[in-house]
Amino acid sequence: MSKMKIKVISRNPDDYLRATKRDIHKLPRNYDPSLHPLEAPREYVRAMNAVKLERVFAKPFIGNLDGHKDGVSSIAKHPSRLAVLASGAFDGEIRLWDLAVRKCTRNFVAHEGWVRALCYTPKGDTFTSVGDDKTIKTWKAEVQSPDDEEPVNTLLSMSVVTGVTHHRTKPIFATCGEHCQLWENTRNEPVKVFKWGVDSLHHVSFNQVEQNLLASCASDRSVILYDCRESGPLRKVVMELRSNALSWNPMEAFIFTVANEDYNLYTFDVRKLKQPVNIHMGHTSAVIDVDYAPTGREFVAGSYDKTVRIFESLKGNSRDVYHTKRMQRLTCVKWTLDNKYILSGSDEMNIRMWKARASEKLGVLKPRERTALNYADSLKEKFANHPQVKRIARHRHVPKHILNAQNEIRTIKDKSKRKEGNRRAHSKPGAVPFVPERQRHIVKEDE
Amino acid sequence: MKNTKKKAPQRYFDTEDKQPEQKGESNNQNVEVYNIKITPGLLKTNKFKNYRGHNRRPMQKGKQNKKFEGKAPLAPEKLEAHSRGEGVGKGVRHPLHAAKLRKRERKITYAQEQAARAEILLTEDHGCLEVDEDSKTTAISQKIIADNVDISAASKIFELNLEFGPYRAKYSKNGRHLLLGSKKGHLAAFDWVTKKLHFEINVMESIHDISWLHTETMVAAAQKEWLYMYDNTGTELHCVKKMDKILRMEFLPYHFLLAAVNEFGFMTWLDISIGEVVGHYNNHLGRTAVMTQNPYNATLCLGNSKGVVSLWSPTIKEPLAKILCHKTPLTAIAVDNRGMYMATSGVDRSMKIWDIRNLDGPVQDYRLRSAPVDLEFSQKDMLAVGLDEVVEIYNNCCSQTTEKPYLRHRMAKTINNFKFCPYEDVLGVGTSNGFTSIIVPGSGEPNFDALESNPFQNKKQRKEAEVKALLDKIPAELITLNPFDITEVDVPTMQEQMEAKKKLLYLKPKKMDFTPRHKKKGKTQIARKKIIKQVARKEFIEQAKEAQKLLNLPEAQNTKKQSFGVLDRFVPTVKSRK
Repeated sequence: MSKMKIKVISRNPDDYLRATKRDIHKLPRNYDPSLHPLEAPREYVRAMNAVKLERVFAKPFIGNLDGHKDGVSSIAKHPSRLAVLASGAFDGEIRLWDLAVRKCTRNFVAHEGWVRALCYTPKGDTFTSVGDDKTIKTWKAEVQSPDDEEPVNTLLSMSVVTGVTHHRTKPIFATCGEHCQLWENTRNEPVKVFKWGVDSLHHVSFNQVEQNLLASCASDRSVILYDCRESGPLRKVVMELRSNALSWNPMEAFIFTVANEDYNLYTFDVRKLKQPVNIHMGHTSAVIDVDYAPTGREFVAGSYDKTVRIFESLKGNSRDVYHTKRMQRLTCVKWTLDNKYILSGSDEMNIRMWKARASEKLGVLKPRERTALNYADSLKEKFANHPQVKRIARHRHVPKHILNAQNEIRTIKDKSKRKEGNRRAHSKPGAVPFVPERQRHIVKEDE
Repeated sequence: MKNTKKKAPQRYFDTEDKQPEQKGESNNQNVEVYNIKITPGLLKTNKFKNYRGHNRRPMQKGKQNKKFEGKAPLAPEKLEAHSRGEGVGKGVRHPLHAAKLRKRERKITYAQEQAARAEILLTEDHGCLEVDEDSKTTAISQKIIADNVDISAASKIFELNLEFGPYRAKYSKNGRHLLLGSKKGHLAAFDWVTKKLHFEINVMESIHDISWLHTETMVAAAQKEWLYMYDNTGTELHCVKKMDKILRMEFLPYHFLLAAVNEFGFMTWLDISIGEVVGHYNNHLGRTAVMTQNPYNATLCLGNSKGVVSLWSPTIKEPLAKILCHKTPLTAIAVDNRGMYMATSGVDRSMKIWDIRNLDGPVQDYRLRSAPVDLEFSQKDMLAVGLDEVVEIYNNCCSQTTEKPYLRHRMAKTINNFKFCPYEDVLGVGTSNGFTSIIVPGSGEPNFDALESNPFQNKKQRKEAEVKALLDKIPAELITLNPFDITEVDVPTMQEQMEAKKKLLYLKPKKMDFTPRHKKKGKTQIARKKIIKQVARKEFIEQAKEAQKLLNLPEAQNTKKQSFGVLDRFVPTVKSRK
């Protein structure tokens, strides 16, 4: 026993226990997989818990802004301030809101009849409203003196005006009605008038990236593209039913989404209007308004079926659906510029604030909280396709009228599919061709 | 060979000094003519060059690289230890999905590398026992070890002389607490490091087996008739009459299941978090007192008197697998922590090591002096073998054949059972008259993971860990041979789904028969049965026809018969292809 070496595990408790009660606990880690057995089932259970908790915490409704004496017809976001919102109502009243305290800061009657549309100028110091009384009025965003209560500028249009949108940088704005008209802030007459043989247009929107491009929805079921440098319209695409609203993707300049009467939304690529890039289904009644998130990955749609749905721009089905008992037909929706909230205006005089991600925790997250949430997110992603996880994540409670309508639509779709299949089976091969869903709803593309 | 002299590149300002070389055809002076044919390929390469040249920083060669050569290389075996298996590789065809997969696999390999690198942060070294080449490690007795280690470690060698007959001993999951139960009813629990007694009672009945539950505040004891649970003051919490005459118990900590087998071969899994029996059936093996759990997948290993080891899960009433290990009755089974090897021993004095993942083997076959009483793997894969009065510990006996034991400890009393203490170099032996704790250097895992099991946890941490563990409770249905089953793709149901989809478009919904059914008075039972049979047959034939149609459809379209008019009858008939 001359040379011998014996070593035994002998831990000094001081290395493993905290020195004082105010100290944090010492937690040595060892990532050796043999110390963490049953990794896969444990992760599965955690994923299940995470997805359940997500549904538990899904309380998207934050609050409502009440004050309008008639249904809300349109709302406009301030381009640089998150807390400011302008809304117009069916009785011609415009209200400005402070979202942080949920109070109305200013209200005045702007038009006789509806306020059809509102839009802020890019600087945010003024905003423009159009109404049923054929006037286009520009207002100061902030009131310092009693004179500021009056409109800065009032333009009289020859025909009814239903929509307004402002150029991103130039002092130009476009209105629509009988025709699409381009105005300059200083002139009383439109600079340009675009005509393409339609009786009326009801929505117009400037592209915020490709700034000279604008598009409008017409009541002859078409969506028309214009370039404000050209003298005539560029192109149009005619669909089966008319489109109610249009929103450009703020990140991909060539993509826009239209909200259609046939319960669907269609995402188009400007370069190829013959076929939409994607069809977004889920609503059970006409879709009234649509607005993109500032990331361009998602958009929100408000519908006549009294629900708000959130879609991912690359997916066909909605990610989430928001509804309350008291919310009636939606008239306008907006996604705030901090990508956190959704604002919806509806028939019953209220503007509602929602969280964009239903189960997100508002406020500052502690680092440990954030890592835990990140871990939960990656687990949810990893096990997303497991039947139980998928079922829980997908399940949404919807009001009975929606559920019934969904079932009805499903029956109708199944029936037409079956009928087509039968027709195909009993006719000459090739006589009943397979038409992709994306081509069915487009009538033609004109140039 | 390259030119030794390097020519300086010609510049436009050099041209005055040097005479431009006169060529035959060049008429215009001072103008050089390059005859380059521009091809798309050339353009592309030039573009690429420019792009790279523009974006890249100048090459860092020489000094800077020598100073910092990047991160230290990792040993492949360390990486292998943290591996979660090979990736999918090139199996994915679609470029988008392939790219997504590549991205994910990059993350996984990064995580693996980081986990391997984090080993540098481990504070404790594992124990070891080294002697000269000419001497043996078996010659080192516990006394020598006690003399050569520090006092706190030496205090881990102790002996308890107790009078209530053969004792069984079990350590808690974090290795801090010890539970003793004797045949004559003595039940004691204590913190064996500080030697602080939690409780000590005599249940006045025989105790067949004992087990810690998920925390050290609760224990289970299989007594003469029923299963009892006690808290850490010795108060009886439950008497579980659903589980009677139990011989052996195992607690599955991640499932919160107390698994037991009784005298009549009934196996029971009790979910102790909700008090519900999740599995209860007879294994038809008769009386089996040899049971252990496989910590890798939480299945139970039962050894019977015919030498067969069978693996059991609570939801399936047949064994998941069976291995014939010995031709004689089994005396002991042990499964190592990683679920790689299983050691079995029979009455025939042989001990075999099996590869339990492949149900293959035996990997090793040893012959011992007598039939082992008990077998037990340590966290570092040392194997303890109990032979009557001697405990022998073998090191590295699974992947290679070892001739002699690593340590040997002789006691003057027969061994009942033994357990290695988790996260310590300690083997606790329950004997016929007491309990003996001996040191086995290098048997335990030196670095514990505090979020998994923490020997130094306080009350608050224990409560926190209990809640966390309950949240992560794995359902009993997930006990399968391969614990990673849950992450694999469910192939057959996917196929079924696809087929169902394909059929959906063509199939009409079946017509419902709404006409009221009249009772078939007068017709006998047999006649009615015949009708039912006929209907079933008809349906079957129709289905078969449909299937036939589907199969023949493409062929019928492809082969159009050429018509020869009147001469058709001379055309030979083509035999139908198989």
